[in-house]
Amino acid sequence: MIHSPYIRQPVSVQRTMGLVLLALLPGISAYIFFVGAGIVLNLLIATVTALAAEALVLRLRGRPLKPALSDLSAVVTAWLIVLCFPPIAPWWLTACAVAMAIIVAKHLYGGLGQNPFNPAMVAYCAMIITFPALMSQWPPAGGLSLDVQLDLILGGSREIDGLTAATALDALRTGLRTGVNAVDTLKSDPAFGFLGGRGWEWVSAAHIVGGLILLATRTISWHMPAAFIGTLAAISTLFWLLDPASFASPLFHLASGGAMLAAFFIVTDPVSGATTPRGKLIFAACIALIAWLIRSFGVYPEGIAFAVLLMNICVPFIDMKTQPRVFGHRQSRDGGQS
Amino acid sequence: MISRLFSFHGGLKLDDHKDISAATPIRPAPLSKRLIVPLHQGGRQPARVIVSVGQQVAKGEIIAVADGLFSSAVHAPSSGSVSDIGPYPVAHPSGLSADCVVIETDGEERWIEHQPFDLEHASREQALAWLRDCGVVGLGGAAFPSHVKLGRGSGVDTLILNGAECEPWITCDDRLMRERAVDILSGARILAQLLGARELIVGIEDNKPEAIAAMRAAAAEIDAGLRVQPVPALYPMGGEKQLIRTLTGKEIPFGKIGFDFGVQCFNVGTAYAVHRAIRHGEPLLSRIVTLTGNVSNAGNWEALIGTPLDELLALAQPKVDTDRHLLGGPMMGFALPQLDVPLVKAGNCIIAASPRLLPAPPAELPCIRCTACASACPAELQPFELYWFSRARNFDKARDYQLFDCIECGCCAYVCPSHIPLVDYFRFAKSEIRARDQEQAAADQARDRFEFRNFRQEREKEEKAAKLAAKAAETRAKLAADNAAKPNETANETVADASPNAAPAASPGAPADDARQALIAAALERARQRQTSATASSPATAADEQPPAAS
Repeated sequence: MIHSPYIRQPVSVQRTMGLVLLALLPGISAYIFFVGAGIVLNLLIATVTALAAEALVLRLRGRPLKPALSDLSAVVTAWLIVLCFPPIAPWWLTACAVAMAIIVAKHLYGGLGQNPFNPAMVAYCAMIITFPALMSQWPPAGGLSLDVQLDLILGGSREIDGLTAATALDALRTGLRTGVNAVDTLKSDPAFGFLGGRGWEWVSAAHIVGGLILLATRTISWHMPAAFIGTLAAISTLFWLLDPASFASPLFHLASGGAMLAAFFIVTDPVSGATTPRGKLIFAACIALIAWLIRSFGVYPEGIAFAVLLMNICVPFIDMKTQPRVFGHRQSRDGGQS
Repeated sequence: MISRLFSFHGGLKLDDHKDISAATPIRPAPLSKRLIVPLHQGGRQPARVIVSVGQQVAKGEIIAVADGLFSSAVHAPSSGSVSDIGPYPVAHPSGLSADCVVIETDGEERWIEHQPFDLEHASREQALAWLRDCGVVGLGGAAFPSHVKLGRGSGVDTLILNGAECEPWITCDDRLMRERAVDILSGARILAQLLGARELIVGIEDNKPEAIAAMRAAAAEIDAGLRVQPVPALYPMGGEKQLIRTLTGKEIPFGKIGFDFGVQCFNVGTAYAVHRAIRHGEPLLSRIVTLTGNVSNAGNWEALIGTPLDELLALAQPKVDTDRHLLGGPMMGFALPQLDVPLVKAGNCIIAASPRLLPAPPAELPCIRCTACASACPAELQPFELYWFSRARNFDKARDYQLFDCIECGCCAYVCPSHIPLVDYFRFAKSEIRARDQEQAAADQARDRFEFRNFRQEREKEEKAAKLAAKAAETRAKLAADNAAKPNETANETVADASPNAAPAASPGAPADDARQALIAAALERARQRQTSATASSPATAADEQPPAAS
């Protein structure tokens, strides 16, 4: 028997996920234009793998296939993995990562809504630890021709020198570790564009457009992007002002790597993120802080994925300690106790 | 007068569907041949029936009197004869039956003698008793007896008249305000007088401009010294707590009532009923009902309490594909299991539903913690957390996260992209917690009773022992006196009494007292036995705090 309310807003998980995919399209378009069309093949590989993996696990778990396959959440995970990965990653690496995200990070924890960790970030971290070389081969500035891209994706030989190049974040990290003035390198080399690597800054800008779509449709709240961008800008500004020779500028941090993708599409994953308004601010701010620390002092050039996973662990605690005040009550629930 | 409005968190802008029933004036519903009047019209206790089968009743005659503090009288809505008193199916989500008085109407509408209440020369208590005997209850939905709500006379500064009517489809208050504004305000002034309220605000959602205009005109006409305040059309604005918050900025938590904050809130329909009761001496016999939804002749009808809902709905000409009927609005109402149930005082709206008009929600998917529910919740709860706790039967945690502050308005379920029937989970959790509390209370009571029984037995034993000791002492004294009188017999008695059983009466006794001594010894032995058996049969003593199982 159906009980009240008898009317429902025309919303669905499918619609939410569809909006996320839609909002990724500006970024993907910029990616195709500035980096290369190879990403389309990657997206295809990832989507097929995600749906296949999802169907496989659902079959094994004895769950109905249709609702879970049509909710598009697996596709979102797949696309996010592709957007984080090097565009010339071989097909099997992408497939492994996606399968890992869907099977291990999502379904071993109980499927949609149950995973404590962001599946895309679990896959990214697992792959960067397992295949550090492949995960750090990025195409040189100006991109590669499409047939070279496709050849690399389909498993072609990667021995040719000069095929790949250091990213801006790589250069920064190398500079910091070797004592070479990294910032000057970044400024002088046209390969790094005027902000975060040639072409990449436009991909970042396009992701902002996508983020605005998500904000306008209320698919995400402002809290996480604002706290993430604000904190990353603040901490990088502080150190850049203290020592502009060793630390990159805030604009560089915001425009390079996956910062904008993370701000609007990764940090904002509802399932594995904090849920209270205050909690969302704390969660996203801490991710930005940890990401900056890893970028500046860590072993890996990009730290957002690790930062997200680290903060995923803290979510239950953050949520518990930031419960909002209930209507008519003087204090928030946690205000009075412990 | 312009006054600041406050806002409450969340809420929904809903498609109101009010136009289809709000356009036509209120029409009188034809008299039904048979009126089934439930004795329980709201409040906590049903009224006590005072008529018998076969008795002739006049319109407005009391057929059941208020029974208890939270009860109010029930009247014959029309003249006729009582044909039956007994359980009939009533409007309830589970299709329960309840005691009703059935009246075969004679069509004469013969009124009982009645006159206006002389409010100016009566005490407050008399006025409240009058309202109770006129069966005036809240017509906004809860049907809480109005005289109880008016109960304590002082401490209320502000009277709020609730004309928000925030649920979609319902327009009975809208029409009432448009057509009978002067009478509503007259009732409001009576309420304000009985409460001693200095300020009177009428809150009306701004999607009812005609009602606002009519009420303003009426306020100017009778110079009621009140404020008609449009409020944003934001569901659940008509919730008492939300309206009070919007108009005064005061937040009333769960377990508190407006009174505690110097505010009291009445529905406009209730004010109208108060006016009829005081100024015309008419008890509450009818109400305005919106008949709408999948019908071709939607509108509002004034119908007698007890009118069968199927007869009523037929007036609106439901379309053929109607498959369900809702009593109340789509957000908080419920589907009637059957339509041949009587109209009650709380019945404000019947919506004929069709699969096209109110489609069944899509299948439930897992929660993705998107927090849309938290953004929509007017009680500022975290519904998804409550959902996880309720699902896991983690009721302590659910209560800890203020489950009972949930007003079941349905905003969370409305916005949920996973189509989770959140309110159902909360109703379930609340009823489980209540049942558990009741069980716990019963167990506590049983334990208290058991512990008191032990205490009482102990006390009786002590008293008995004390009594015996006193008696023994008395005996001894008597013996001593006797012995003093016959000193020569002492030697013999001492030898005879050397048995080890002569416990307390160690002193020598006369042969005449032997029987008594034996009696005392036997009684003590019995007491001792009872004590050992009591200890053996009850391992759960005061030392063990667990309540005895199944006691």
